[in-house]
Amino acid sequence: MPRVHAEVVDHKLSAVPDSLGRFGRFGGRYVPETLSAALNQLECAYDEAIVDPAFVSELEGLFGAFVGRPTPLLFAKRLTEKAGGAQIYFKREDLSHTGAHKINNTLGQALLAIRMGKKRIIAETGAGQHGVATATACARFGLECIVYMGAEDVRRQSPNVRTMKLMGAEVRPVESGSRTLRDAINEAMRDWMATVETTHYIIGSVVGPHPFPRIVRDFQSVIGRETIDCCESLFGRLPDTVVACVGGGSNAAGMFYPFVDYPDVRLVGVEAGGRSSDEGDHAAPLTYGTPGILHGSLSYVLQDLDGQTADVHSVSAGLDYPGVGPEHSYWRDSGRVDYTSVTDAAALDAFDMVAQQEGVLPALETSHALAWAVEAASEMSPEEILVVCMSGRGDKDAAEIARLRGQE
Amino acid sequence: MSSKDGKQQTGIKRLENAFALCKAEGRRAVSPFITAGDPDCDTTVAILKSISAAGATCCELGVPYSDPIADGAVIQSSYTRALNAGMNLEKMFGIVSSFREVCEMPLLAMASYSLIFRTGIEEFVRRGEASGLAGFVVPDLPLEESDDLDRQCRKSGLALVRLVTPTTPPERAREIARRSTGFLYCVSVAGVTGERTALPDGLIDRIKWLRKESDVPILVGFGISSAGQAREVAAVADGVIVGSAVVRCLEEARDNESIPNAAGSFVQELVKACEAC
Repeated sequence: MPRVHAEVVDHKLSAVPDSLGRFGRFGGRYVPETLSAALNQLECAYDEAIVDPAFVSELEGLFGAFVGRPTPLLFAKRLTEKAGGAQIYFKREDLSHTGAHKINNTLGQALLAIRMGKKRIIAETGAGQHGVATATACARFGLECIVYMGAEDVRRQSPNVRTMKLMGAEVRPVESGSRTLRDAINEAMRDWMATVETTHYIIGSVVGPHPFPRIVRDFQSVIGRETIDCCESLFGRLPDTVVACVGGGSNAAGMFYPFVDYPDVRLVGVEAGGRSSDEGDHAAPLTYGTPGILHGSLSYVLQDLDGQTADVHSVSAGLDYPGVGPEHSYWRDSGRVDYTSVTDAAALDAFDMVAQQEGVLPALETSHALAWAVEAASEMSPEEILVVCMSGRGDKDAAEIARLRGQE
Repeated sequence: MSSKDGKQQTGIKRLENAFALCKAEGRRAVSPFITAGDPDCDTTVAILKSISAAGATCCELGVPYSDPIADGAVIQSSYTRALNAGMNLEKMFGIVSSFREVCEMPLLAMASYSLIFRTGIEEFVRRGEASGLAGFVVPDLPLEESDDLDRQCRKSGLALVRLVTPTTPPERAREIARRSTGFLYCVSVAGVTGERTALPDGLIDRIKWLRKESDVPILVGFGISSAGQAREVAAVADGVIVGSAVVRCLEEARDNESIPNAAGSFVQELVKACEAC
């Protein structure tokens, strides 16, 4: 496949967001006035940082020696044989320090916090990967770290809770609402309202008010850029299909963004299909939701006719969220990215298959993308290349999977 | 026919009249906040009547929302109780019309923009106007995103009360004050709603500065929990907003029958504190 030069594309899909944080009609900034000044400050700090060679080289240095980048592209030989179609490759974000892509964003934002003179960091976490990555960055830079985590997630992702504490972070369980990621974000926002002058909120996904969706996407885009470089040197061309799981959507945004201006590369985002397509049984806003406002931006969301956020379910804590990043909504409506969903059961099967066929234990979140990839690869030709973003490792899920299967 | 004439006045006009009456009587405005539908719709209407009789100038009716990021524990729990009891937008507008049939006190809906956007701006404002609301306070809608709602409210004569906070820079505060209709909501502290034992440093100076910059009345809210604090603030502002303290007072009432009286007595204390300022 010839590589399309981005400049020749008339309407560049990558030229977003605008100055108000709009991705097409999505995005924006719907927050209490108390946070407006901090978001403006963050936007300025970020604009200055990304053109500051010292900032860029410090972050690149950390990506190399601290995170272990670039992460490799692994040919999944036995899985490819089993699927009997396209060649399946894993982009190994699971080999990053702390075991997931989340560290790319937390290091970048921690450096921004330091530039802004803020020494207290708060974060929300679902699966705990973002919490661990935030605690790690804070330990590295000597910043105070408080992580809000839904009480239900504290239970089902306890290995990550221990890791955060070992790194010196304080984990605050959130007992309100559904006691999951959405409630953790609410609590982190409330903390930020009262502490905004001394605290930076490191949001963990491409969600929230402008400029967060842009900043998180940019820091995560290293995933897609490395994938492009690696494919060009290994195959002399871009892959045919790239797939990633989508909760809030940060690994997918980071993987897809460098590809969006290459229209020949098929991009597929996989949401959590949960138990069924009934409301409350899944966490797939791009599949079943409507445009609405949640946590500061306009995007697809699962809500009732009044606008109350719906209950959601996923076996994976990291995907158990009723909203999604605004740029995904933009890509969905523009048709650039296909979004689909995979059930709890299919994700669990894929978890087993990849563990046993490849010797790689994927996160339950990632297992959703893997389930779709194996299915899709079987219908593609052996000349085709399919890359899965292996967003995180699954050690954290081992105990919960055993519990679900009654093997505790 | 005077009540009928009153109904034909715009929301903004009704608020203006209410504030003018306060001024004429030499007192500051008191605007309590209560949650629509906590514990139920009938009790909410009874509470509104009781606080109107106690001398409240206007009242904010909190529209329960599942993810209220600007609210502290007291109001958040109140919203959860109301939603669990089956509260929805239709019932909220029903409360407003039931009250409007018997009382003049202007009501403002304190509603998350998530709810307004889902219904549709035009439709939400239309339903607000039809039910007899005087206006809206939208705590999660900053200046930059507010043009559409602003236009619709102006068309319908409903107030769109805007908020300035301690973190708002002066230039921006001026712009917010200029575009606020009904009154200007001065948030006393950086933080969520909830009671606080002391007023923040610098609040009084900030109110005095805003007073010079604004043509509409300035009401101060967030963290005001006692008659004493209300008196201090009322000395320099046009009025006070008391939310969490009222909601907690209702929470502590023995049963649904005693709630309206509890609300009335508490609001009466606040009204007294704001007399002869």
